[in-house]
Amino acid sequence: MQQKAEFDQRVQKALNNPQLRRNFRIAMDGLMEKRSNAFPDKVALEALRVTGANIRANALAKQLELLEQLEANCTRNGIQVHWAETIEQANRIVLDIMQRHNASRMIKGKSMVSEEMELNHFLEAQGNSCIESDLGEYIIQLDHETPSHIIAPAIHKSKQEIARLFKEKHPDIPYSEDIETMTRSARKVLRSKFYEAEVGLSGVNFAVAETGTLCLVENEGNGRMCTTVPPVHIAVTGIEKVVEKLADVPPLLKLLTGSAAGQHISTYFNMISSPRKPGERDGPTEVHLVLLDNQRSRIYADEELFDSLRCIRCGACMNHCPVYTRIGGHAYGSLIPGPIGSVIEPQKFGLENFGVLPTASTLCGACGEVCPVKIPLPKLLHRLRYEQVRSDHTGATIGQGSQRSAKEALIWKLWSWAHANPAVYRGGTRLAGLFRGIIPNKIGPWTRVRTAPKIAPKSLHQLAREEGFDNE
Amino acid sequence: MSLAKHYPDKPDKVYFFGTCLIDLLYPEAGLAGMQLIKREGVQVIFPQDQTCCGQPAWNSGYRDETRAVVLNQIRTFPQDYPIVVPSGSCAGMLRHHYPEVFKGLPEAGLVEDFSQRVFELTEFLVNVLKIELQDLGEPTKVALHTACSARREMGVADEHEALLRQLGNVQLVEQARKAECCGFGGTFAVKHPDISAAMVADKAQAISDTGAEQLVSGDCGCLMNITGYMQHQDVGPQNHHIRGQHIASFLWERTNAAES
Amino acid sequence: MSKARDNILARLRARGVEKAPVELDRTPASPDWNREERIDRFCKAMRSVRTEVHPVSAADWPEKLAALAKEKQLRNLLYAPAGPLAEKIEATWRAHAGLPELVTREVDVDGWKEELFFDIDAAVTSTRSAIAEVGAMILWPTPEEPRTFSLVPPVHIAVVEANQLHNTFADAIAAEDWTAGMPTNALLISGPSKSADIEQTLAYGVHGPVELIVLLIE
Ligand code: SF4
Repeated sequence: MQQKAEFDQRVQKALNNPQLRRNFRIAMDGLMEKRSNAFPDKVALEALRVTGANIRANALAKQLELLEQLEANCTRNGIQVHWAETIEQANRIVLDIMQRHNASRMIKGKSMVSEEMELNHFLEAQGNSCIESDLGEYIIQLDHETPSHIIAPAIHKSKQEIARLFKEKHPDIPYSEDIETMTRSARKVLRSKFYEAEVGLSGVNFAVAETGTLCLVENEGNGRMCTTVPPVHIAVTGIEKVVEKLADVPPLLKLLTGSAAGQHISTYFNMISSPRKPGERDGPTEVHLVLLDNQRSRIYADEELFDSLRCIRCGACMNHCPVYTRIGGHAYGSLIPGPIGSVIEPQKFGLENFGVLPTASTLCGACGEVCPVKIPLPKLLHRLRYEQVRSDHTGATIGQGSQRSAKEALIWKLWSWAHANPAVYRGGTRLAGLFRGIIPNKIGPWTRVRTAPKIAPKSLHQLAREEGFDNE
Repeated sequence: MSLAKHYPDKPDKVYFFGTCLIDLLYPEAGLAGMQLIKREGVQVIFPQDQTCCGQPAWNSGYRDETRAVVLNQIRTFPQDYPIVVPSGSCAGMLRHHYPEVFKGLPEAGLVEDFSQRVFELTEFLVNVLKIELQDLGEPTKVALHTACSARREMGVADEHEALLRQLGNVQLVEQARKAECCGFGGTFAVKHPDISAAMVADKAQAISDTGAEQLVSGDCGCLMNITGYMQHQDVGPQNHHIRGQHIASFLWERTNAAES
Repeated sequence: MSKARDNILARLRARGVEKAPVELDRTPASPDWNREERIDRFCKAMRSVRTEVHPVSAADWPEKLAALAKEKQLRNLLYAPAGPLAEKIEATWRAHAGLPELVTREVDVDGWKEELFFDIDAAVTSTRSAIAEVGAMILWPTPEEPRTFSLVPPVHIAVVEANQLHNTFADAIAAEDWTAGMPTNALLISGPSKSADIEQTLAYGVHGPVELIVLLIE
């Protein structure tokens, strides 16, 4: 139960921080509105979501064959493909490539998989520098933080907080709270980093098996910089990102940019199919693709939880989550926060570590309603609640049964007995009605902020009988 | 997104599933629901063996414990009558989750037949009974909180509103972020009381900001949460006067000649 | 590492048999827009993301380019002497005095990276085609017009031909038969580089061009 206590502590801290609460509320309201404006036609949106869900489901159903096809096509195009079962292996692959080039300076585009690998930490420990170039990632790297949102990593910070951070880390740059000015000063600092970097690292949004193409969605141009300027480009991705055909890309792109930030299209959509060819004047001379498993193939084995692999990482589920909006991303204590994080992280890192996350939801359904690939998030959260208290140990999820307590299990047994036996149930409610006067009106945490509900003198069962409603 | 649902013709008889929350805390809401249906000339049967839909255990991950309770309900409503439920949340459990509870088990077919017959009260009044209401009450301003399960799982947000709009003297006001969850979530409110409190605080404020005199909801869980908070916190002078009522009680009270 | 590969694929194989493939209808449903509607949509969408769009003709675009270069007080303009625009640009530059210096380096970018990164004000490139629906240009950079031209200098001027406007991205892929062979790098560009990472407020000119100017040949 330690994880619950730690989670509660982080939640407390977030809830008691009015600045943080305001930052998230404003940002989430803005993101929800943008998404809604991007899809004015609800019928068309629904059709597009069905298409998106089918494309992803199809790609997963054929994942084995598509990964082999992707590998073959990438290899034919000159992209070197590497496989990693674990994050240790993936980090090792990246380090080996750097060492082979005597490289120590890496510039990074936004990549959640590299965060999952804790790549910066790993490479820095080996004496390398890894600079994040996405503006949001750059900000949190300066402050030694982790992302609080998968699309907008620094969304928990106000511009004043960022201005102070810039001043502290770059004393030579004049203090400014103007967003455009701050953006330009980051541009200036990072431009020389792009210039100097020996290796560029990026994630992948979609990997197209048919052509061996790596697709990257971005707005800043840093993704293009990382994949164009340094002599070596390393792309890291989870194995689930493969799609079958090029024709599958446009609907997913539209769903991704629209759901994430209400854009009809991102500023850049970058499709990479090979390293620099003879005669070409720029681009990396080596391109590497690292395919990371890290429990994905295990998730794949469960016919229900497998749907979570459809995710295209748009962030809409967190933007619309009333819990995420209140507590922010860091309170989750996981890399990916919000509903999809609460589904994926416990599966990757075990229910014994993240079992509290699936309970931190009202199952209100807002996430499932907006997910562009129709992942049934509430259903999957629900499923994990079962996994963590099941006692038969026949499931596939790591840490199954780990949150089962004898006391809680007994309470539900008794509850079940009482509600499966009408006579017991009726007796109970009648007693409650009779003794309503002496039932305490402080009931645990409920009454900390609410008055206790009053038990009615007569139950509906009694009233229905008295009013002459038939029993059968 | 409400799926195109098939509604039957007006039946002679219906079953009423009162829900355990209403049974214990808001019986007048259940009674009002039954009276609304009865007034339309339909016989209402209230089987005395009904207990709880099983959702608390189900949402806590206790699936075996849920099954025993579900089987009791299925036994209790044997005839082929529609089953009307004055709660989006419990109706959602009966209609959409019962089949999941027994997925792959021998009882699956039986459960499927049962679930097909389940209707949330407001959708039943609007789409099956095609009820027409005559407002006898004083002019009043009303805020409606539609439960997330009623809105998203049962798709009956429009039906809630349609009924209130039939009342000539009722001015329906709209609170900010009306589709956002109130923070109840059953056991969530107990397991994560602080997050729940932050959510209900915002919801109560949004409702209070509308200047409504009355809060109506189709779900007693939300009602208990929001009004419980309003009473306890005592925020703002007008909050005292916001009365919370289940939509069935509200409709019955305003349209029943004997009471007005 | 091939052991990792085998293990991963073995795990997928173990369960993959049970996954039923999903039937997909991939025929793109294209809107029926005429040329005018395509132009109109393209311009609107591009302008909504802070792109300057100038309607020009096949004859007068170099004049417009010269005028813009002057107006923006560019010190220099990078162009591709072996590219499709070169001849007309050179002729126009010869005909007018006082235009910004035309820059070209016909060697690999590695050899003059510093200059490219810190001294070039603007670059002009052609485009392959464009997408009306969302307002995006399609570029397949070539040896003559490398990838960095449209990325590194603070101003990017692109020449787009209205005749090359597709309705949608899906149309472009199908009509141009992309599956027959993808280039090293294919790009969609919609507007100057931007970020909303600070308070969800849009700021332009992050790492790529600060300004994007489109000369649309109608
Ligand atoms: S689960 Fe759905 S909504 Fe959430 S990030 Fe993934 S694709 Fe987006």
